[in-house]
Amino acid sequence: MDYFDRFAVPHPSPAIYASMVAIGLTMIAVVAGITYFKKWGYLWREWLTTVDHKRIGIMYILAALLMLFRGGVDALMMRAQTAIPDNGLLDGQHYNEVFTTHGVVMILFMAMPFIIGLMNIVTPLQVGARDVAFPRLNAVSFWLFFMGAMLFNISFVVGGSPDAGWTSYFPLAGNDFSESVGSNYYAISLQIAGIGTLMTGINFIVTILKMRAPGMTLMKMPMFTWSILITNFIIVFAFPVLTVALALMTMDRLFGTQFFTMANGGSDMLWANLFWVWGHPEVYIVILPAFGIYSEIISTFARRNLYGYNSMVISMVAISTLSFIVWAHHFYTMGHGAMVNGIFSITTMAIAVPTGVKIFNWLFTLWKGKIVFTVPMLYSLAFIPIFTLGGVTGVMLAMASADYQYHNTMFLVAHFHYVLIPGTVFAVLAGFTYWWPKMFGFMLSEKIGKWSFWFIIIGFNVTFFPMFITGLDGQARRMYTYSESTGYGPLNMLSFVGAIGLAIGFALIVYNIYWSTRYASRNISNDPWDARSLEWATHTPIPEYNFAVVPTVDSTEAFWDSKKKGFKLFGGKVEKIHMPNNSGVPFIMSCIFFVWGFALVFSMWIIAIIATIGIFACMIHRSFEKDHGRYISVEEIEETENKLRGAK
Amino acid sequence: MKIDNSLPLEYSTEENRLKIFGFWIFLGAEIALFATLFATYFVLVDGTGNGPTGEHLFKVPTLMFQTIFLLTSSFTIGLGINAMRLGRQKATIGFFIITLILGLGFLGVEIYEFVEYVHEGATIQTSAFLSSLFTLLGTHGAHVTLGLFWGTFIILQIKKRGMTPQTTNKAFIFSLYWHFLDVVWIFIFSFVYLKGMM
Ligand code: HEM
Ligand SMILES: [Cu+2]
Repeated sequence: MDYFDRFAVPHPSPAIYASMVAIGLTMIAVVAGITYFKKWGYLWREWLTTVDHKRIGIMYILAALLMLFRGGVDALMMRAQTAIPDNGLLDGQHYNEVFTTHGVVMILFMAMPFIIGLMNIVTPLQVGARDVAFPRLNAVSFWLFFMGAMLFNISFVVGGSPDAGWTSYFPLAGNDFSESVGSNYYAISLQIAGIGTLMTGINFIVTILKMRAPGMTLMKMPMFTWSILITNFIIVFAFPVLTVALALMTMDRLFGTQFFTMANGGSDMLWANLFWVWGHPEVYIVILPAFGIYSEIISTFARRNLYGYNSMVISMVAISTLSFIVWAHHFYTMGHGAMVNGIFSITTMAIAVPTGVKIFNWLFTLWKGKIVFTVPMLYSLAFIPIFTLGGVTGVMLAMASADYQYHNTMFLVAHFHYVLIPGTVFAVLAGFTYWWPKMFGFMLSEKIGKWSFWFIIIGFNVTFFPMFITGLDGQARRMYTYSESTGYGPLNMLSFVGAIGLAIGFALIVYNIYWSTRYASRNISNDPWDARSLEWATHTPIPEYNFAVVPTVDSTEAFWDSKKKGFKLFGGKVEKIHMPNNSGVPFIMSCIFFVWGFALVFSMWIIAIIATIGIFACMIHRSFEKDHGRYISVEEIEETENKLRGAK
Repeated sequence: MKIDNSLPLEYSTEENRLKIFGFWIFLGAEIALFATLFATYFVLVDGTGNGPTGEHLFKVPTLMFQTIFLLTSSFTIGLGINAMRLGRQKATIGFFIITLILGLGFLGVEIYEFVEYVHEGATIQTSAFLSSLFTLLGTHGAHVTLGLFWGTFIILQIKKRGMTPQTTNKAFIFSLYWHFLDVVWIFIFSFVYLKGMM
């Protein structure tokens, strides 16, 4: 039995057994359902092997939504635990595991993939391209992210979850203090997903720089595309740092190296530095695209072109550069001198300037606009004041001397949720509602959407505003319980109530998807929002080749100009189109990566070696394979086009 | 595939140009990766604990052999690409084989060196300095190893399929990779070995 013992969860509880059963039953139900409806072939041909950026994007978003619920359940558990003083719902160890997985899942497996999903769907369309530069690589990226996420999630039921916080500071995350395999899961699953992200970064930089429609100079790109371009540059330079940090962590834990140990010359501060050299840019990886999404939505629904295009671009470039030189504000209190703290304090505060520029640009865009209050627009409008509050409290934290007082209190937790939730979650929800008709050919219900919007906005503020107060009062973060005499009880209860409101809001989104899929009208135009950029210039649903004829562009809003000023977007005539073939290799290779990761987590070397060989075998297969894609003939294109036109 | 005959074969199709550009960006990421490893090394270089220091370990002869092998191989792969541009398949393959043999030589010396270190009681677990040293050198060495396999497969493909836009594209990208490894080695040579021996 010894061999199997290590797969057992170290601190089992009824919740864990219940989830084991739930996971088991769901898997059986899914497999049985697919078999019953004979959908294996369809699933394999149309989804698992697809290289179409639109489908990959949809899969990203589905996975991200799933993870939103996983992370959300963690959040509810935490808030339930702290809702009343001296609560015994979770013990200390479980609380540690829950806030760790919550943080990791939310940032790496929810926010970022959601953004990447939207960028997959929209960016090629916005630049008038037929696909991304490397479609096959794109599939690899997705499947690696997916397998990384799954590997991370099974830690809950096999072997134990990581418990050292999403920052995994050493020596806490070392073998001495984190004895279970939990932190191995952390290191290895993030590594697998991170490789996928890096490849996405490369892919989209090439796509945007080299595959734009004729006439679309850099300064004529839609703002969302700009934000994606900059984000991908951050990815390419930040993710290798994570790769190294995680590799060193893995070696410390599995092979007994001495990078982050307290003896033999190791340095725990090295971990903190490496982690945040990646970690701080990471928060901009999830925030900048949100800025892009809001820019698109605000100009669409204010019926006005974006105010200050150039300053928008410049401020994003400034933010991205600054994001690399502020990382030490995450550990002011860990013993740098005043000089170092001072420098990082100033660079951190400097970020407020370009961010302020953007806020004013959005306000000026709204100023003289004719505002239409759709669901995406509501999120964008709510974002502005809430995010500003998050930003202002961020500047408060940026002052090193003040930070000594309230770092690691609930004030910080309130701050970063006030930035991340309006900055990213509202944005992806807005973007998802906005681009939904392009993805699926019908609109989400505005009415249910507004209900969920209000639950989310109010729930959000009720959840997080009290944390500013308890934080200033001294309630520490990551503390699983507190005594009645502290007086934190009532506000924490309020916060729990807010969290339930948030949960209802998110549940309503799912209900909206269900309701609209069944009842919403399929008879919508290609451009249901009266929007401004190229993705709306093609049919709904989008044919696999995106555009029958490559569009020509001559302003930042070529599609708007084509509608209002009669500018001719599609000049050329239809020619045969080259498309890549589907491939099962990305999926299979990523499955092997999963096995590889699992084997490493449990130090099962023989399996790990076999899996490594398998991964290389896939790459060699790819190298020798002769696959130059296929052509869609002119007749086929015309037939598709006529059918799509007829549908309207 | 549209082939543009005014360009060298490796650049001649749209797909090829995208691949080369993408690879340059990948090299940007590789620079970030090695920069992080170097930074780690510099932070930990004095963390020798009870283990030996660099001054104690580093030897001139192995270093010289490694450097000569790798620098020469960068030169021969350049000749290989030149032959490729001239359309001379045999010469291309020849130069690639020489390149790989030199790479193999480099790797052999590196492995010999590692074994020596371990004999002297300097293992990757001994101290933070040695952990970072082995990791930095090992990552570079692993890249060379990967390159040996990669290069072999490219030679096989050129042999089988001749000099097509695809094979020349692969060969060219491989040469970029190989030059990059050489550049990294120059940094290792100067900032790890020379600095460590002084
Ligand atoms: C949906 C509602 C959410 C609720 C109710 C919630 C609640 C919480 C709470 C109570 C903590 C603090 C745990 C503690 O220190 O004791 C926390 C930590 C955290 N949350 Fe959330 N959260 C939510 C959504 C999000 C989202 C959307 C993100 C990111 C995009 C996020 C990222 C984080 C991170 C990074 C931490 C720090 C984890 C750590 O300390 O290691 N949260 N959350
Ligand atoms: Cu930061």
